[in-house]
Amino acid sequence: MAKAAKDLGQKAPTHRKDTPSAPTRAEHPTFAREELQRILAERESWTQGELSEVLGKLAHRRARFETDSGIPIPDVLDPASVRETDYLRDVGYPGRYPFTRGPQATMYRGRLWTMRQFAGFGSPEDTNGRFKYLLQHGVNGLSTAFDMPALMGYDADHPMSRGEVGKEGVAISTLRDFELLFDGIPLGDVTTSMTINATAVIALAMYVAVAEKQGVPRAKLGGTLQNDMLKEYIAQKEWMIPPAPAVKVNCDVIEFCAREMPRWNPVSISGYHIREAGATAVQELAFTLADGIEYVQECVDRGLDVDAFAQRLSFFWDVHNDFFEEVAKFRAARRIWARTMKERFGAKKKESLLLRTHAQTAGVSLTAQQPYNNVVRTALQAFAAVLGGTQSLHTNSLDETYALPTEEAVTIALRTQQIIAHESGVDRVVDPLAGSHYVEWLTDEMERRALEHIRRIDEMGGMLRAVEEGYPQREIAESAYRYQRDIEAGERIIVGVNAFKTEGEEPIPILKIDETVARGQVERLREVKASRDAARAAAALGAVERAAREGTNVVPPVIDAVKAYATLGEISDVFRKVHGTYREDGRF
Amino acid sequence: MSPAKERPLRIVVAKPGLDGHDRGAKIIARALRDAGFEVIYTGLHQTPEMIVAAAIQEDADAIGLSIMSGAHMTLFPAVVELLGEKDAKDVVVFGGGIIPQDDVPKLKEKGVAEVFLPGSPTQGIIDWIRANIRPRVAA
Repeated sequence: MAKAAKDLGQKAPTHRKDTPSAPTRAEHPTFAREELQRILAERESWTQGELSEVLGKLAHRRARFETDSGIPIPDVLDPASVRETDYLRDVGYPGRYPFTRGPQATMYRGRLWTMRQFAGFGSPEDTNGRFKYLLQHGVNGLSTAFDMPALMGYDADHPMSRGEVGKEGVAISTLRDFELLFDGIPLGDVTTSMTINATAVIALAMYVAVAEKQGVPRAKLGGTLQNDMLKEYIAQKEWMIPPAPAVKVNCDVIEFCAREMPRWNPVSISGYHIREAGATAVQELAFTLADGIEYVQECVDRGLDVDAFAQRLSFFWDVHNDFFEEVAKFRAARRIWARTMKERFGAKKKESLLLRTHAQTAGVSLTAQQPYNNVVRTALQAFAAVLGGTQSLHTNSLDETYALPTEEAVTIALRTQQIIAHESGVDRVVDPLAGSHYVEWLTDEMERRALEHIRRIDEMGGMLRAVEEGYPQREIAESAYRYQRDIEAGERIIVGVNAFKTEGEEPIPILKIDETVARGQVERLREVKASRDAARAAAALGAVERAAREGTNVVPPVIDAVKAYATLGEISDVFRKVHGTYREDGRF
Repeated sequence: MSPAKERPLRIVVAKPGLDGHDRGAKIIARALRDAGFEVIYTGLHQTPEMIVAAAIQEDADAIGLSIMSGAHMTLFPAVVELLGEKDAKDVVVFGGGIIPQDDVPKLKEKGVAEVFLPGSPTQGIIDWIRANIRPRVAA
């Protein structure tokens, strides 16, 4: 262990003025020197004694033990393992800087996390029905999945939309679709999350327009727009225009919301997709925070006061299988973000330093084989997210390796959260894993490794440049390939896939979306175009184009355009005309 | 088969449709390359027309389609049909992704040679290619 600690010391990044580095300290200030020496002596004696005695008879099951990110795990962790941690400086108290233990003082004793199940499929009417079902069954926030054409900026009748309409989310082409999507749902009372990025500004505009029709002013709207393009180029890959102008539009939304929508989270800086694409937990942590740094820098560069917008930045983590590493990731993320906002950006308001986050269990960890096992995987991941102190959570359904979830499967997923919240006892205590030698050590270790990546990205000139050069994309592809190789070599066991297999499994019921949805959507689009004031729509599109060309904030003209029933595809075409399109090379 | 040494198979790995989930496609492309095949990866967001044009231009023996969006019943058969129209019926089309089990026979009826479901090991795909695909005879 002493050796491991020394290795860590060597790996610690050199201190830079702009990026806070993990603190190093030779001794734990909360342990007296003599106490530490007694612990180290005892550890040495145990290593020579019990440990080597047992290892002499029975070797470890593996040559080395490591976390899913590849962090080597020592034989035992003890107070000396975390001697460089200063409790008050690095861990502290919930709701107090650096927020390692949580963004609020009371956490779930005050309010449970928001159970927010992502939903969206078929027509707006289909999804509206699912929303109402979820609200009846106890979700307290909506979360909207859009179909691929909507995410990429194509109307339902575009040739690129062939076969895709309503398949992976709800189909949206015009404001009329949004009116049907939220029909009968009081937007002043629910909060709504919208997972949309390249065309996020259009979705926000439509939401604002529908709320106005319900008599709810935009200032009263609560919710979250994902609006994070950097991770699209890195991982999810639904884009419309090249990275630099796309980031500019993201920041237009942040700026607009800072001014006019004080309850709205204008961006959800997302690690989820980065992880799902194959990143390790450390890479997810680092790349996501580096994305956040880039957005803050862009907003500051355009003259915004950091304390005017930072409190509405929100995050979104994946929760994968390695239980303790996931818990540590949440804790390390809050600490790094708080220090970055304070030291690098000079934020002064406490709220600007808080990392508030949504989380989702890892879709990529679900297996098509023995699908009921996915309920267990999801429960463990959800429990890790709660121990990590998430503010909001989506639990995946057991059937999601095949298709969008059925109502039955979604209900089990929601019940999983309710059991954790109301039966497990985890809601009664704040950050119960604090002080665990392993969890504190791992939190420090992940912080150190993430800061190393962030430093490298800073040296490249920031995340936008790193993305343009393909750095995070390459790193992720490499990790994904290694993960797959480990599974195929049997070095990583996936129950039901490469071990404990069952022959002749019964298929489970799945949800299918047929082509009648596409026909209905195309029909409605035609009606909207025929009945709108064509001159008003054209003029509104002209205003969007002027704003895009002149570099002024595009949000207000996009709101006017959707109100004039300009379509999502038409507005996207304006952006593509001004900024061009984006293609990734075929490297693999 | 001809006793002469066969040239390595040329395989186009393609992402039809709008979904951007390329983790699987890239892993397969790399595993096939490591197995000795010549691999061309199209990149994302390809129409069936673009995929078939790439296969013909690259003189491919097979096309491997990867899809997660649920549009497989539209896009996979579209690739097979277009190959027929372009006199390239003998280019073998196989695929994988998030595809429900009961769509597999329907895809096979429409000319898709094999469908690999989630959890398929890359070695299984490599073995299937070696057993089922031969270099095309120059037209």
